[in-house]
Amino acid sequence: MTVQIAGVASTPFGEHPDSSTRELFTDAALEALEDASLSVHDVEELYAGNFIGDVTDDQGHVGAMLADYLGARQAASMRTESACASASSAARSGAQAIGAGDADVALVGGVEMMSASGIEEVTDALANAADNEYENEAGLTFPGIYALMAQAYVNEFDATQEELAAVAVKNYENGVSNPISQRQEETDVESVLDSPPVATPLNLQDCCPITDGASAAVLVSESYAEERGLETTVSFVGSGQASDSLALQDRPDLARTRAAERAAEDAYERAGIGPDDVDVVELHDCFTIAEILAIEALGFFERGQGTRGAVEGETAVDGRIPVNTSGGLLAKGHPVGATGVAQIVEITKQLEGRHPNQVEDPTVGLTHTVGGSGASCVVNVLRGGE
Amino acid sequence: MIVQPWFVDFAEGIADGEPVYLACEDCDQVALPPRAVCPECGTRTLEERPLSETATVTSSTRIFSSIPAFADETPYTVVIATFDEGVRLTGQLRDADEVELGETVAVGVEQRGDDEWLVTFSPTD
Repeated sequence: MTVQIAGVASTPFGEHPDSSTRELFTDAALEALEDASLSVHDVEELYAGNFIGDVTDDQGHVGAMLADYLGARQAASMRTESACASASSAARSGAQAIGAGDADVALVGGVEMMSASGIEEVTDALANAADNEYENEAGLTFPGIYALMAQAYVNEFDATQEELAAVAVKNYENGVSNPISQRQEETDVESVLDSPPVATPLNLQDCCPITDGASAAVLVSESYAEERGLETTVSFVGSGQASDSLALQDRPDLARTRAAERAAEDAYERAGIGPDDVDVVELHDCFTIAEILAIEALGFFERGQGTRGAVEGETAVDGRIPVNTSGGLLAKGHPVGATGVAQIVEITKQLEGRHPNQVEDPTVGLTHTVGGSGASCVVNVLRGGE
Repeated sequence: MIVQPWFVDFAEGIADGEPVYLACEDCDQVALPPRAVCPECGTRTLEERPLSETATVTSSTRIFSSIPAFADETPYTVVIATFDEGVRLTGQLRDADEVELGETVAVGVEQRGDDEWLVTFSPTD
């Protein structure tokens, strides 16, 4: 059963002090349904990613809450949680429900409200994605975990802080053209290196900001799209999800993300493609090092060669393999529970030819979303019309 | 927060100078408690063995911005160190601000609160 993407939307990413989890998600969901020319009563399944709402809002049972406030009480609803990959799991679940013939319309998305909590509280809540005893109790933060991966990468491949910073420079520049992007300023290598240290070798501009935001996508079966006369050109053609050790310390190679390699292999096989067929990518650059590890895990660069992507322009909008044309998590922002579907929104716009940083005639797009330091990873593949 | 009995046991093992790790009798994979299943071969033949008290530094980072429990203690350094037996462990550096990769460190623990434990590493030189 072919799964099609009928509509997509993201709220502006940034600070929404006067909104809330339920309101922000409703904003994105209504806009996506409008984009699809469908109503809230057409939704049969609702899967929504949300990671730290239990901590920031004292609110569980988020799936039902979002269905309720969207006016979609008829829908089967559920929160999906896979840390920062939660929304990608939501999209995967919706696609599976339609692919199995169990539903014709699935609303998938995610939402996170982070800015109203203090930076320390948010850092603490996000740390729940790490191994509590082996990592958090040692005082290890999330930037600290990625810093340990970065340090291992730097040692193994003689990479430099300047090469890491080039990722931020590229993604900040892309973010300036994206109206929903949180960061609307360019940067340069010197500014990244001069920004305050967070966890060596990562500085503040190597790290994604704290973001409020929501995203939604309407997935439908091909037969339903025909029956309702919906204009759909983008298909959801493959998904892979895999796991790795929860704690970084248990991985034989600290500078390698095996869950991403496994998820990519699975997604490529299901989509019937390989890395060379991919035309545009949104991936999980929560820190500059993360983009380098990701483009290697996805097979776009050999191990140890990922720094070339941003430094030599291979991952630029007009490069060999454009990566994070939206600005990525670094510039667009990272409302953790929404990110995976935010990536699908951006790729759908690319494949429909309506992206603010449009690449030339892309056919295949890919999203890559990482939970924690790589204990989980989801890769989704979309294909545009001919 | 709930104190995990397995972690108290693990930390007290280090405090008593008798740290332990797990090794698979079937495939020789090594791991840390509290696993019931070998993460490599899936068998349930993990056996507890004594672990060295020194390890070598595999990666390190100096942390300037932290979670509430450690916010008043920044900056501090966290390292992942590898033991001769093959297992790796994460801990805070003591008696130095920085370490070289490959440097030998001794494992220790500090008690924080009633039953919370912090793994530490100190340079042996």
